[in-house]
Order: sequence, then C-alpha cells, then structure tokens
Amino acid sequence: MSSGIISKSFTPSRRELLLGAAALSSSALIAPSAWAQQFPTAKVNTTGLAVTDTEVTVGILHSVTGTMAISETGSVQAEKLAIEQINAAGGVLGRKIIFIQEDGGSDWPTFAEKAKKLLVNDKVASVMGCWTSASRKAVLPVFEQYNGMLYYPTFYEGLEASKNVIYTGQEATQQIIAGLGWVQKEKGAKTFYLLGSDYIWPRTSNKIARKHIENFLKLKVLGEEYFPLGHTQFNSVINKMKLAKPDVIYAIIVGGSNVAFYKQLKAAGVDLNKQTLMTISVTEDEIDGIGGENIVGGYACMKYFQSLDNPNNKGFVSAFKKMWGDKTVIGDVTQAAYLGPWLWKLTVEKAGSFDIDKVAAASPGVEFKGAPEGYVRVHENHHLWSKTRVGRARKDGQYDLVYETAELMEPDPYPKGYQ
Amino acid sequence: MFGDYSVGDLMSIMVMQGFAGLILFSVFVLMALGLAIIFGQMGVINMAHGEFMILGAYMTFLTSHLCETYAPGLYGGYFFMAMIVAFIASGTLGLLVEWTLIRHLYSRPLDTLLATWGLSLIMQQAFRSTFGAREVGVELPPWMMGSLPVAGSIEVQINGLFVMGLTILITAIVALLLYRSRWGLQVRAVVSNRTMSGAAGIDTRRVDRLTFGLGCGIAGIAGSAFTMIGSTGPTAGQLYIVDTFLVVVFGGAQSLLGTIASALTISQSQSTLEFFLTGSMAKVLTLLMVIGLLMLRPQGLFVLKVRR
Repeated sequence: MSSGIISKSFTPSRRELLLGAAALSSSALIAPSAWAQQFPTAKVNTTGLAVTDTEVTVGILHSVTGTMAISETGSVQAEKLAIEQINAAGGVLGRKIIFIQEDGGSDWPTFAEKAKKLLVNDKVASVMGCWTSASRKAVLPVFEQYNGMLYYPTFYEGLEASKNVIYTGQEATQQIIAGLGWVQKEKGAKTFYLLGSDYIWPRTSNKIARKHIENFLKLKVLGEEYFPLGHTQFNSVINKMKLAKPDVIYAIIVGGSNVAFYKQLKAAGVDLNKQTLMTISVTEDEIDGIGGENIVGGYACMKYFQSLDNPNNKGFVSAFKKMWGDKTVIGDVTQAAYLGPWLWKLTVEKAGSFDIDKVAAASPGVEFKGAPEGYVRVHENHHLWSKTRVGRARKDGQYDLVYETAELMEPDPYPKGYQ
Repeated sequence: MFGDYSVGDLMSIMVMQGFAGLILFSVFVLMALGLAIIFGQMGVINMAHGEFMILGAYMTFLTSHLCETYAPGLYGGYFFMAMIVAFIASGTLGLLVEWTLIRHLYSRPLDTLLATWGLSLIMQQAFRSTFGAREVGVELPPWMMGSLPVAGSIEVQINGLFVMGLTILITAIVALLLYRSRWGLQVRAVVSNRTMSGAAGIDTRRVDRLTFGLGCGIAGIAGSAFTMIGSTGPTAGQLYIVDTFLVVVFGGAQSLLGTIASALTISQSQSTLEFFLTGSMAKVLTLLMVIGLLMLRPQGLFVLKVRR
C-alpha cells in the first residue's frame, strides 16, 4: 500500500515540458561529439552523479545467483543489449553508458544493500533492476532516501507509484481486465476457477480478477485457491476442477510449481485445446522449463510475445539472438527490461539533464517508438501506456497472437472498485 | 458442497482422489528412501539430498537428448536407460563425497550437517554453470503421457502408475538388500552397535561408503522419475527437501517401515485436506498434525529398539 512518502501522481510544469521538447528536437540535429559542448557536465549534472564529459555510469541490479536467477537472467541480457545499442547510436547526451552490475542474490536485504552501494558509492545516474515485488519493496526506501532512479521491468500487482521508479512492466489491471473481457466474448466463458501461488502478486491479481468477473462481467467464480511457493503436487486441485467444470481455469502459479502444475494437468488428461486455460504468469521463458507439449493450447495474457510481427520486434529479436545465442527465448519481462535504458536515455535528453529530479519530472509523456512491443508512452503515474495481448501457446514454446486491444491501456495502479 | 453433483460423479472423483493420494504416497517414499537409509545407518543428515535428486533429473535430460540424436529408435524406452544412468551418476558422486568429505566427520554429526549443506550450494552452482540458470524441459516419450480411462469418468494417470510401480520395485529391492543380503546383515549390525561390529570383523567404513553411495543412487533414480511431475532446474532440489525431511523424521529415522508408514500418513492427510480446503491450509494443518504427533512421540512413529 502507499505510504505517506510515496506521492501518487506528479505533473511537470508546462514550461519544463516545452523546454524538454525543444532540447530533444534541436539535439537530434547535432553530431554526438558536439553534445558535450552543448551540454557541459556542470550543467547537466548538478547533484554529483557519476557523469563525466564522455561517460555516464548506470547500475544493473538483478539476481544472477539463487532461485530467481532463472527469471532475472533474461532481464540482465536485455538491459545489456539496450545499453550496447544506445552506445552504438552515440550514447546519452553524447556520453557513453558504463554499467556497474551488482548481484541481488535472490535475497531481499542484499538488494537493499546493493542499491545503497550503487547510489551512495557509485553515484549511478539510474539503476535498471529488481524482478520480484519483494525485492522492489526492499529497495524502494533506499531509492527514495538517496533520490535514485529505478527502472523496474516486471508485471506486478500495482498499488504503488513512486517518483523514483519507472515501471516498464504492466500493473495488474493492464494485464487482467482486457484478457477477461476477451475470454468472455470469444469463448463464451461463464464460470472461472482462480489458482495462484501464495504471495502478494497472485493474491492481488486474483482479487482484481474476481471483482472484475463478479461485479463488471456479472459472471461466476467457482473456486479460488492458493498453494505455497514450491508446491509440487496438484492432483487434488485438478480433481476438484474436474468436479467443478469451470469454463476457464485462471492460473497465476509461478516458479517450479508452474512446471509441476502443467505436467500434472496434462497427465490427468486435461486437454487445453478443449479446456480453456488463461495464465498471466507463463512467458516464453517459463515454457522452456514446462515443455511446450505440456501447455500447448493454453492462453497467456501479456503485453509482449516474441512472435509479434512488427519491424521493431524483428530487429530486437535478431539483435538479442546475435548477442546471447540462437537458443535464447524472449519473454514479456525481458522486453520490458529492454525498454528501461531506452526510456531513460529519451527522458534524459528530453530533460537536458541527468539530475534525478529533472528526469523524474520529465518522464511523463516520454514516448518510445522503437519499442519491440510497439509504441509506448510514460504515464503521469510513471507506468507505461501499453496494449494488452492474448497469445496461444504452441508446441514449440512460442505464442500465436490471437488478440490485442485496439487502444493503449491506461495504467491504473490504484484501480477504483477493485480493492 | 456436493449438492449439485450426481452420485456417479462423486464416486469417480473419490476414486481419482484416492489414487492422487497413492501417487503422493509413492512420491514421498521414493524421495525419502535414500535419505532414510543414510540417516538411519550413519546418523548423517544429508542436506544435499535434493541436489543428488536433481543430478538424476539432469542425467535424464541428457540421456533423452543423446537418445533423440543418436538412437531415435530407442526413444520410447529411454526413460529406463536414464534411470540407470541417474543411479550410477548420483551413486558414484555419493561414494566420492563419502570418501573425500563425510568419512572425516563421523565423530562430528553437526559438522556433517554444515558440510553437506555447503555441498548442496556447490552442486547448485555447478548445475547453474553447466546447464544454465533456467529450467530445462525434459520431454517424455509419448506412451508415458496422458491417462487411462478405467471406467466411466474415472481416469488414472499413466505417469502416476509408473511412479507407483517404480516405488514398489525400489522399496522391494532395498528391503531385500537390507534383510536378506550379507551387506544388509552388516548394515543392521552396524546400526545396532558400531563398535562391536567393528570388533567382530565387519569393515564398518566400507559398509558406510556403500550405504552412502546407495542412498545417493536412489535419490538419483527418484530425481529421474520426478522429471515427469516436476521441474528440473539448479535449485529444484530445494522443492523436495522439506517434505523429505518431514517424512524421515516423522517416521523414525532408523526404520524402513517407519518411513513408509509416515509417508502414508502425511500423503493421505494432505491430499484429503487439499480436497476440502485450499492448498496452503492443507499444508498448515498437515504440519500442525506432524508437530503434534512428534511432541507425543519425539522418536518418530517407529523406533528400533537399540541398546545404547
């Protein structure tokens, strides 16, 4: 929940916006070498960040060891790719990006400690990092106290909006509501069975899903169940669902449990081509472990799929594979992580400054037209306007896009009527 | 809650639910067997048990790939080969670990706890460096997937039947070894009185080493079988270790029968509770029950009568 120190929204003054826009358009015309003269370090860095005439230092803070390494590896790879591409294109305000990578070790206090190190010792101009909500909650006070800037990539439960964070993933309503509407309309769904791992993200998400199903769609929830993280036996709940016969199984199960759930579902003879299943926790990354043959036919509600057919995405996928190998797959969060460095570059150049306060103020309205998911724009609440998409799992571990919202969905981290 | 369902529906669900309980029981026995043998015989708590299981799972992954590439004709049966490979790999590593690490620590049981925990961390990182941080998908031959329709709406999972069969086989082999072989006789002698057995000419060191290797090898087979129902990743061993300890401690560390009885109690109560409550609550109640019973019987369900 929001505390007193977290401001819910903040709007830059009109003058600042205009100034930023002017800086962006004029700067686009000049060669990179001239940047440093037009933007002398003393002017663009008034708070003592690690910015020189030629270089700027940022931090990467993810888990590369421990349980979460499975998930966070992709984010690190995407951020490094983005940084490399930005440097190849002339850097940020003519300065080359240097990164310092720290390992959160899947341990939340370690995340806080490393965040403090990056902000206080290294004076980084921004940090791309965190994955789980728990790690973000752990570093949030650090970023607010030492006034840092965090680009956070994961889709998450919402109920947060900090001046010091840009949320490049979806908050819960962006991921849930459009998907439920689609499954009602397209599949004629009337009854739902909600499943989740037992922690904040699945619980908050299912709460929003239940409210939407019952109050807005006027449909029925037959059951809602949670399992401890790491739970590996799902036969009982599968039997229960066989008895309840829901039109849609709505699953938010994570980690190793995910694999066990889909394997046992398949073994129990539940054919996902006949039984509609929708998940918001299985990206292409997870299918690697689950095995495509175990989830083929299931629907996932995301904002990005590796198979998206647009020029931005084609370039992104081939650059990613060139850098990290042909076998790597790209999931929703990996793409969101890729947006972080780019959005930061665009914001800094719009603000004409590396100062955290100016970057925070300039963020709303920043557009990134080169995003692999398509066009994105930063909202006043520091989340992204982005489309919701539904994909259908193929046997080879990729998704076929079956639906996307016509408009960008507005991020709404404190949804009214859902709490 | 049963108002809306027909009698036939309820009957078939009860049968399937009973079967789910039996699968869970087999899984627990298979997990705990290796640990119980080692703990019972040597008093060593092997914290790296889960990692030995995952080694078996990775061996299955490798075997399936090798089989697919070099002998696609044998693919349908690769799982049996994989289990043998898993047993050999985990067992050999177990022998090696006993020889280099554990045998120096027999007089310091608490230190073995720490040493094997360290070993588990090393193994996790080794898996991560070798196979990557992400989970790997182990593909099953087609005949092992899906379920068999038995009668009406009753269906039983083929891989569940497979795990049950495997558990019965392994348990029978272990029981035979323990109670009918010369090695088993020596093991039981060492468990009763280590010093006296040494004096009677039993090479207790050798017995220890074989026991440790066998325990780890069985863990490898278990890990191989669990690729059917769970995930294979560097830290997946941690998913099983808590349940494994629960079964072994609750059963009474030194008795095969105790392990089986405890696995039965825990699995049946858990799967029944899960059906009527939610997954998390079922776990809470199961743990409460185990704690309660352990307060009444700190030694576990079954205890060998040993003169100390």
